[in-house]
Amino acid sequence: MNEYALIMRHEDGTKIASPEQMQIWMKQTMDWIGSIAAQNKFVSGTGLPFDDARVVHSNKMVTNGPFGEIKETIGGFIVVRAESADEAAEFAKGCPVLQGEGNTMEVRRIAKNDGTH
Amino acid sequence: MEQQELIPHLFRSEYRKIVSVLCRRFGFDQMEIAEDIASETFLTAAQTWGFNGLPQNPVAWLYRVAQNKAKNYLQRDLTFETKVAPQVKNDFPEHYETEIDLSPQNISDSQLQMMFAICHPSIPPEAQVGLSLRILCGFGIDEIAEAFLSNKDTINKRLYRAREKLREEQIKIELPGPAEINKRLDAVLTTIYLLFTEGYYSVSQNQVLRQDLCFEAIRLCQMLADNEQTNTPPVNALLALMHFHASRFDARVNETGEIILYDDQDTSLWNADMILKGGYYLNRSAVGSTLSKYHLEASIAYWSTQQADTKEKWENILQLYNRYLQVAYSPVAALNRTYALAKANSKQEAIVEAEKLNLTDNQFYFALLGELYTGINNQKAKTNFQQALVIARTSADKKIIQKKVDGLD
Repeated sequence: MNEYALIMRHEDGTKIASPEQMQIWMKQTMDWIGSIAAQNKFVSGTGLPFDDARVVHSNKMVTNGPFGEIKETIGGFIVVRAESADEAAEFAKGCPVLQGEGNTMEVRRIAKNDGTH
Repeated sequence: MEQQELIPHLFRSEYRKIVSVLCRRFGFDQMEIAEDIASETFLTAAQTWGFNGLPQNPVAWLYRVAQNKAKNYLQRDLTFETKVAPQVKNDFPEHYETEIDLSPQNISDSQLQMMFAICHPSIPPEAQVGLSLRILCGFGIDEIAEAFLSNKDTINKRLYRAREKLREEQIKIELPGPAEINKRLDAVLTTIYLLFTEGYYSVSQNQVLRQDLCFEAIRLCQMLADNEQTNTPPVNALLALMHFHASRFDARVNETGEIILYDDQDTSLWNADMILKGGYYLNRSAVGSTLSKYHLEASIAYWSTQQADTKEKWENILQLYNRYLQVAYSPVAALNRTYALAKANSKQEAIVEAEKLNLTDNQFYFALLGELYTGINNQKAKTNFQQALVIARTSADKKIIQKKVDGLD
């Protein structure tokens, strides 16, 4: 059994949706997480809002951002238990973020502290 | 007639007070002696009151006799130490103080301290519950055996091992300091919750015993809520949740012991006073910044006191379960969440979710699938109910599932 991070890549929802739509996405997200939790596969969830964010560049310059204007920005991630990346990907399919064309869910195995990474 | 009824009632409520004070005084090293003295006191009462009738003040009589028996024991013990073991120093340590303090304050303090000592993570959960029932609640070994659907030998062994472990670990009988108290409180609340669950969902057919277990759990939690050092938000939340659930006792079972499902219950039998109390404690728990699983469960239990089948109710319950399962998974919670999903979203969606749960050793899993398939695919509903029937243990459970099967024909 491994742990996988399911990383949500999408633009900032607050910029493109009404409060009512945000409410709907909120419920869908909670229901999706509840589904995984009901199967006893949920480990944790971490939202990453776009306000109060910074980008540090290779020249050590610090700027505000990312602002979530592109579909590749990370909006948050959850951690699940799964036997394989494929099983984890099945969980990821249920995320409401995927209703937006071009949005993606990235599935990454979490390294165990077994000395290899 | 009156005398025979008075003693068992007294036994329960006074035994636990006396035994807590004595246990704390004698420590885990001599805990059996403390229990023996308490038991002997009631044995003497049963014998003496039978001949001489009830004393003017039965409680004071019991305390006096317990104090004397304890004093006698301690003095014999002291005599042994001073006469037979001459190495003892001249100044007697506080250990040899022979007066037993049975004031209300010391009784309450002792019970609280014993609660923390007994609900210790070093002994298994069933042992914590068993020891709590014996010492904190004054239950007899027979009653405990019946509650656990076990036998006297098993229970005696369990309690014996638990006391041994507590002795070995040298668990102190005291209220933990402020740094430790929240963590230790966790263990106490878990035991109280287990005790309540045992009564609420118990397979034992003894209705009176089951309600007793629930009320004991409530009483213990109440003690925590009444003490400044232990009056925390989770304690109040647990108290609220137990009141909400216990409010439906009279409506859950009919005179012949048959189970009455929630939707069929006569709400006039729901105890409005307990629901109000639950609301009061829920309010009291709504302070601070941590949301414990008890808060979530209490909120769900609150919605259970509103019988009206509204979308709002079920959407709230669903979201509460969504959050609850993130912090505390249990098969029961997963099944309840799926039921709420059916009500809030749709049966079809819930069927898909239910099949993912795959709790094939659980009768309620198949009963849920049966419920969900009813009206959508009655053949599948029947198969699922029949599978539930195979796994169900009590006759009451089997009866109600059979009713569902018959309803589909």
